[in-house]
Amino acid sequence: MTAQTAKPLRPAAAPGRTVKKFLVRILFVIAMVVIGFFFALPLAWLVTAPFNSTPSLTVSWPDWTLDNFSVLAENPYALTSIGNSLMLGLGTIAVVVTTGSLAAYALSRVRIPGRDGLLYGLLLLSSVVTGTAAMVPLFQLMVTTGLINTQTGVILALSGGVLPTVIFILKDFMDSIPKSYEESARLYGAKPHQILMHVVVPIARPGLAFVAVWALVQVWGNFLLPFILLRSPESQPAAVIMYTFYTESGQADLSLISAFSLVFSIPVILLYFLVNRRYGFRFHGGIKS
Amino acid sequence: MSTASARASGRRTRRRPEDVAGLGKAGAGTFMTPALALIGLFLIFPALWTIYLGMTDYRLTGLAAADPSFVGVENYTQILADPEFWNSLRLTLIFVLVSGVLGQTLLGFSVAWSLRRLPRWAKGIVETLVLAAWVVPTSVGSFLWLALLDRRDGTLNWLLDTPGMAWLIEYPMASIIIFNIWVGTAFSMLLFSSALGAVPPSQMESARMAGSSTWQQLRDVVIPNIRGHILTNTLLITLWTFNTFTPYLLTAGGPNGASEILPVYIYRTAIPGGQLGVGAAISLLMLLINLVIALVYMRIGRGRKA
Repeated sequence: MTAQTAKPLRPAAAPGRTVKKFLVRILFVIAMVVIGFFFALPLAWLVTAPFNSTPSLTVSWPDWTLDNFSVLAENPYALTSIGNSLMLGLGTIAVVVTTGSLAAYALSRVRIPGRDGLLYGLLLLSSVVTGTAAMVPLFQLMVTTGLINTQTGVILALSGGVLPTVIFILKDFMDSIPKSYEESARLYGAKPHQILMHVVVPIARPGLAFVAVWALVQVWGNFLLPFILLRSPESQPAAVIMYTFYTESGQADLSLISAFSLVFSIPVILLYFLVNRRYGFRFHGGIKS
Repeated sequence: MSTASARASGRRTRRRPEDVAGLGKAGAGTFMTPALALIGLFLIFPALWTIYLGMTDYRLTGLAAADPSFVGVENYTQILADPEFWNSLRLTLIFVLVSGVLGQTLLGFSVAWSLRRLPRWAKGIVETLVLAAWVVPTSVGSFLWLALLDRRDGTLNWLLDTPGMAWLIEYPMASIIIFNIWVGTAFSMLLFSSALGAVPPSQMESARMAGSSTWQQLRDVVIPNIRGHILTNTLLITLWTFNTFTPYLLTAGGPNGASEILPVYIYRTAIPGGQLGVGAAISLLMLLINLVIALVYMRIGRGRKA
């Protein structure tokens, strides 16, 4: 705006040009309002309906109540499913952070022939073998190994999918750790695993936290893998249960769905904005794929 | 990465200058084994196994479930003769082109471009809204659209005064395309915001001094500067849109296959349809397309770094 007004070289604008500029400005504002409206309109239901005593599908100003959340608490599957999502998320975090940091550390510190090629190959693979392209072999693998319908199976499959990116990010963090720390630890006779636990992990903690949050967000919203691999409603995570809420029952219970949607969304929204503020999410194609 | 290590090894003459922890190659191998095993089992194995599965008559139930037999390219001839497959491929191309390449990229760029001219508060609002659509779990996002487009009580019918309009049945492809634009624009917005931030202000300033219009500035200054970002964005968006299963939550591929993009087609063939072998064969085609897109992306990414 300031740059537009400062134009010393230009003669006084002709009235036609001023009018045109004004019109362009108005069109610009209208366009921004339309775009804002486009993104806000579906979201409006998410923030109003949970607090409406008789939620309908139409967006309307709520008459503020928290009753819908007690409906949520009473539903046998709702809270269990959020617990399941949490379990899948934490399980995947545990697997990828431990195995990923071990691998990233080794890749960062030992000169392995073809290391960069290996890393790029893995990243390439993780974007090629997606859940949608690999659903049949994954399904069969789980059936054969008896991991079908278990959380373990889903955790392992999800871990395999996110590990290459996790290793890639963690290796960056490990590379930035000064080697002199480890050298002195080694002079005092520390073993590699001790160096890792007592020197590297504490320093790399921000990287580990970042990767953990990133993995949780990946898992939290994932629909396809748990949808295929988990059949009983007791073990399904929120992403899948929510879908059954509005398809299997002819008359959708909007009190339940609205409260559920909000409770299910809040963790990732909070995490996203927290991490975004701390690290900025311009990382490897962002937080969601 | 490689240049840094090359420099380090040039300076020091020890045999393994990087290995300060005394891991050694064996130790490194041990450290890497768990991760590589997981990747091997859940990424590499499925990719290779698809090749084999796609050549069997493997089924979910019945005789061929217990003892699948090798049928060679039969699945592929069956798929290629199936009009449903071609329909699905056509829909996928439209979906990727319109919602990903055109919709998300153009809208994402326009928003990123406009944000620079907005006051801080307005910028905050627009950015938050676009990001929220992206961050909300897909199951929630798709229900929000089901509510918006509902035939009886949907907000859209109420706003447009078109009671009883069943958008998802009348316009299934348009619905999932617009939905996908809504979900995914945030990524392009983020990417182009940072790209635009890196365009040298001096070039913009001199273009403006020379009296060039916004369009001319875009064409002569901005686009040449962010060409790499445009390519990255297009390839990633293509890959992601091509693989997304989320439209299933809105239309389940219906009505009558009218919005049955490839991921949904594979799912319906393999799991409810029980034809795992045929599903695997389509998956392999999909893997190959993914591979081509990813290779192009990697190639450009590496070229840019060098």
